[in-house]
Amino acid sequence: MFKGVGNPSTTLRTRLVSHRWLWPAVGVFIILLILPPLAPRFYVYIFALIFVTALLAMSLNLTVGYGGLFQFHHSVFYGVGAYTLALMLTKTSLPMWVGFIAGPIMAAVVGLFIGWFCVRLSQLYFGMLQISLGSLIWAIVFRWYTFTGGDDGIHGIPRPPILSSSNRAYYFILFALVICLVAMYIIVKSPFGATLQAVRDNPQRCEAVGINVRRHQLMAIVIATFFAGVAGVLFVVLERSVFPSLLFWTLSLEIFIMCLLGGWFTFAGPMLGAAIIVALRTFVGKYTEYWTLVLGVILILLIFFLPEGVMGYFLRIGGSANRRIGESGKGAG
Amino acid sequence: MLQVEAVHKSFGDFAAVYGASLTVEKGELVAVIGPNGAGKTTLFNLITGQLKPDKGKIVFKGEEISGLPAYQICKMGIGRSFQIVNIFPRLTVFENVQVAVLSHQRQSSNLFSPAQSLAVEETHRILESVGLSGQAGNIAGSLSHGDQKILEIAIALGNEPELLILDEPTAGMSPEETAATIQLIKQLAGPEQSRGAGAQGLTILFCEHDMDVVFDIAQSIMVMHHGQTLIQGKPEEVRMNTQVQEAYLGFDAAQPSGGEPDA
Repeated sequence: MFKGVGNPSTTLRTRLVSHRWLWPAVGVFIILLILPPLAPRFYVYIFALIFVTALLAMSLNLTVGYGGLFQFHHSVFYGVGAYTLALMLTKTSLPMWVGFIAGPIMAAVVGLFIGWFCVRLSQLYFGMLQISLGSLIWAIVFRWYTFTGGDDGIHGIPRPPILSSSNRAYYFILFALVICLVAMYIIVKSPFGATLQAVRDNPQRCEAVGINVRRHQLMAIVIATFFAGVAGVLFVVLERSVFPSLLFWTLSLEIFIMCLLGGWFTFAGPMLGAAIIVALRTFVGKYTEYWTLVLGVILILLIFFLPEGVMGYFLRIGGSANRRIGESGKGAG
Repeated sequence: MLQVEAVHKSFGDFAAVYGASLTVEKGELVAVIGPNGAGKTTLFNLITGQLKPDKGKIVFKGEEISGLPAYQICKMGIGRSFQIVNIFPRLTVFENVQVAVLSHQRQSSNLFSPAQSLAVEETHRILESVGLSGQAGNIAGSLSHGDQKILEIAIALGNEPELLILDEPTAGMSPEETAATIQLIKQLAGPEQSRGAGAQGLTILFCEHDMDVVFDIAQSIMVMHHGQTLIQGKPEEVRMNTQVQEAYLGFDAAQPSGGEPDA
């Protein structure tokens, strides 16, 4: 990490990025750890729901923000992960951890299948094909009553004893989220992550330096769909039910909006976007069923005033202050 | 090292390259010249796989490469820069080159090591050799046009190519920048060319509008006109060729003037 001798600007920059976030993140984590005994059950549930949605939005951002791909139907993989676990818990007697692993893997397999076709098309055509193939899977889940429960879904899925209380489920989801975030962060900072961002910015140049663009895009899709599958599994842990609207395209649109709202060029932005939207739906939704109207107004304002998203905005206005801190830190160290 | 035999490429009804042939020997510095629209860039795109030829054969190190995808051709040892600046504008100068070095080291799919600790020395060595060390931490899009063109070359060097293809490396540069770039090309080329320390012995194929430069540094010159090869030969042969004088040079070749204006 500190090998960049003779290049102080780069090392300083990377040091800033890695340290600036560490302590606030640890602080937030500690607050979330002590929350369940203090907060009402309803809030514990809402927070857990935000964690699940945040992971889903973060996984989408791997393809949309870092890969520049038109991943228009990401919720399909969320639903596949959730249904895989739900079906394994209700229809087989396999231990639950098998389902926990099978959910994300199944989502990644479906991601590989759909992605294999999609990366052969560009931009909007990629998005249209993904909506078509994704809707196909939704239709199967929606109509296959004997297996998936059709439009009723599956309810009352038994939760394993160690996850029996809602507080335990909360902690399980929180830890799973943290592990996934660390894994995603490592991937984003890896050579693959760097290459993926280069592919996003200039695929033609990448081909000319020996990078197989399609393979990298497909890898990004498989990784992102795997994490979407994890989110799906966590949803089952939280809700103990699955239903076809998990795979419906409106949810895909919603998580896309979360990425835009939070800031898709930042690592943690989609989490913030997820928190905002889940909170809006919960608290504005209590007063009016037209909460999406409020969302619409927010989106219009966002496009005009914060095109880089909420997180991107804070990073930008925080940028000058942080640079000052960085310089004084450099002088001291 | 590289043989291009009668390649053709049409866009609709327009034949951009119509029977171009070219030979590049190992260690040579070869120039392609021709008026604007002669098909030079298209020819380069055919060699490096950005385009697929309709007809003809391209052989590199004894293997046919025509029609292979660009990334495979690059992996076989052909690096290139582009005429119109083609970099990663949002990444830093360092990261621009690092992406290429990582690709060369077959690390592009590595998911678990931190990228910032990989290929650092190699990347700095390349940046130093082209004189961009001082800019390493700057965002590439903020560089001057001349530095972006140099960065183009640095990215191409990241793959440690055996054959380096430069498409108008000095286009849009000031006279001082042009002189520095030519010096860099000489330095990258074989020992005969650099006549000094720091020679890297690369085989280089380039196209360039400045005739003084071309006749000064190239060991072999290929002249293109209307997508066809008129002649390939040593600078003296090309200079004395009447067909070339009529078609392109358009001046008394014995007393070269300042050259053609840029595109």
